[in-house]
Amino acid sequence: MKPTPHTSEKKSLKDRLSAIVLCGPMTAWSLLFIVVPIVILAVMSFMTKGALGVIVPKFTLANYKALGDKVYLNVIVQSLIIAGWTTGLTILLGYPFATAMARMRARTSGVMMVLLMIPMWVSGLVIIYSFVILLNHSGIINTFLMHIGLIKSPKSMLYTNFSVICGMLYMFLPFAVLPMYSSIEKLDHNLVEASQDLGASPVRTFFKVTLPLTSPGIFAAVILTFIPCVGYYMVTDMLGGGTSMLIGNLIDRQFTIARNWPFGAALSMVLAIVIFAMVGIYTKLGGNLDDLG
Amino acid sequence: MKQRENRRASDVFLKIVVAVVMIFVYAPVAVMVVYSFNNSRANMIWLGFTTQYYKQLFQDQYLWSIFGTTLIIAAVATAIGTVVGTLGAVGFRKHQFFGKELIHYSMYFPIVIPEIVLGVALLLFFDRMGIALGMPTIIIGNATLILPYVYITVNARLVGMDPSIEEASYDLGADRGYTFFHVILPAIMPGVLSGAFMSFSLVLDELIVTSFLASARITTLPIKVYSMVKKGVTPEINALSTIILFVCLGCVAAWLIVGGIKQKREREARERALNVD
Repeated sequence: MKPTPHTSEKKSLKDRLSAIVLCGPMTAWSLLFIVVPIVILAVMSFMTKGALGVIVPKFTLANYKALGDKVYLNVIVQSLIIAGWTTGLTILLGYPFATAMARMRARTSGVMMVLLMIPMWVSGLVIIYSFVILLNHSGIINTFLMHIGLIKSPKSMLYTNFSVICGMLYMFLPFAVLPMYSSIEKLDHNLVEASQDLGASPVRTFFKVTLPLTSPGIFAAVILTFIPCVGYYMVTDMLGGGTSMLIGNLIDRQFTIARNWPFGAALSMVLAIVIFAMVGIYTKLGGNLDDLG
Repeated sequence: MKQRENRRASDVFLKIVVAVVMIFVYAPVAVMVVYSFNNSRANMIWLGFTTQYYKQLFQDQYLWSIFGTTLIIAAVATAIGTVVGTLGAVGFRKHQFFGKELIHYSMYFPIVIPEIVLGVALLLFFDRMGIALGMPTIIIGNATLILPYVYITVNARLVGMDPSIEEASYDLGADRGYTFFHVILPAIMPGVLSGAFMSFSLVLDELIVTSFLASARITTLPIKVYSMVKKGVTPEINALSTIILFVCLGCVAAWLIVGGIKQKREREARERALNVD
């Protein structure tokens, strides 16, 4: 223990007591419910699955080798495509939205933020189900488009990647706007003005000054969207109609239907490692972990 | 001159984006509200106006008991997460010990890794320890999920705190307990409260971790809603969500009005002060 300003033998005992009372609960909680479970997960991913889902304590790499299977590779690729599209659209819509918010008065931008978050407080899932009513064959959007003569026959939009991406975008856009807003708001406007005074066009100024300076916010938004997107299986369940399956669905299935825990653990480990790599890059680029909360 | 034109052009573009986002966000909300009055159990096409599902909702004992369970879980998990996280944040700033770094970084695990990984890891843990799933495991899972949020928000508050205030309290003869409750806690209270508020709303809506740790007998509202949604949303769920929506909107309106009154009062007070000068 590092000596604090008030050190004498008696105080050091009190110091120790204070350290135990303050740090003890969180240390114990973290060890018990975060560190140990992750270790168990890692160990489980090398175990063998016996008959009827029994776990045989025999070391194997089979769970990881199975990931090379075409079926599972497809799921992984599909997950990355969906997560990639969602993340891209989130940034494309969220960044200008955050810029608009930063230009508003503090009160107005606060109201905008709350308006964006309210559907999440209500229950994203129930609202997402409205996409079924909006997007189905005889749904509101098809009916409307046919009415104004834009399309002749109804387009199938529901139970496609399109509807899944819509749902994912809906779930994660509000959370992605927040970090982008805070970095755009912090941006020093003198730098933007200086760039324009020196003759740079607005487009050039945006790409050379504004964008690099607000990139930590963008990267935080990318992580905040991409990570949950890969693991979030509810949207695909509801709007994917069984046609698209993501890593999250696959993991869920190993624990509910297939009862292949070791394989589910291996999938979870791969997912966690990929995410850690992304976060590692983020912090290397100067990102702050606290912004991800 | 040109700069102003550019600014106007970008303002128009931004307004369009804001409008598009707001339509995207609120069109499904509008559909949800309208279809809560739909006179059709399958709830796919509009069959006429009715308020019967609101009546049904208020008579549905089972749904209310689930709502009660959800509130209890959220309250207990938030309480645990807030107390443990706040103590930890204060302690970790002051004390050094072996393995502190590991614990500090482990706090970012639940935030960084997808919820499904945490859910799976905890499920395996409880299974290996021979602990039966139920209310306690759900509470532990949710508390683990929110603990980091409290730790981070309280930490952010502590960074901005002047350490000499605490020193002053000791120099004036206060002991550690008194100093914690009367000096440190009031200073970090905004961080504690915002962490707790965030945690509570997070747990109320939590689905993934809970679904891995729930037993067949214990259900929370999000899980119930999700299992109903998978079979197709009935107007009853829409009605429930509509009520929550309007409660939220009401709170926001109240917050705006209170904030407006406060601002007006402050302005008046400032003007009065200026007049005296």
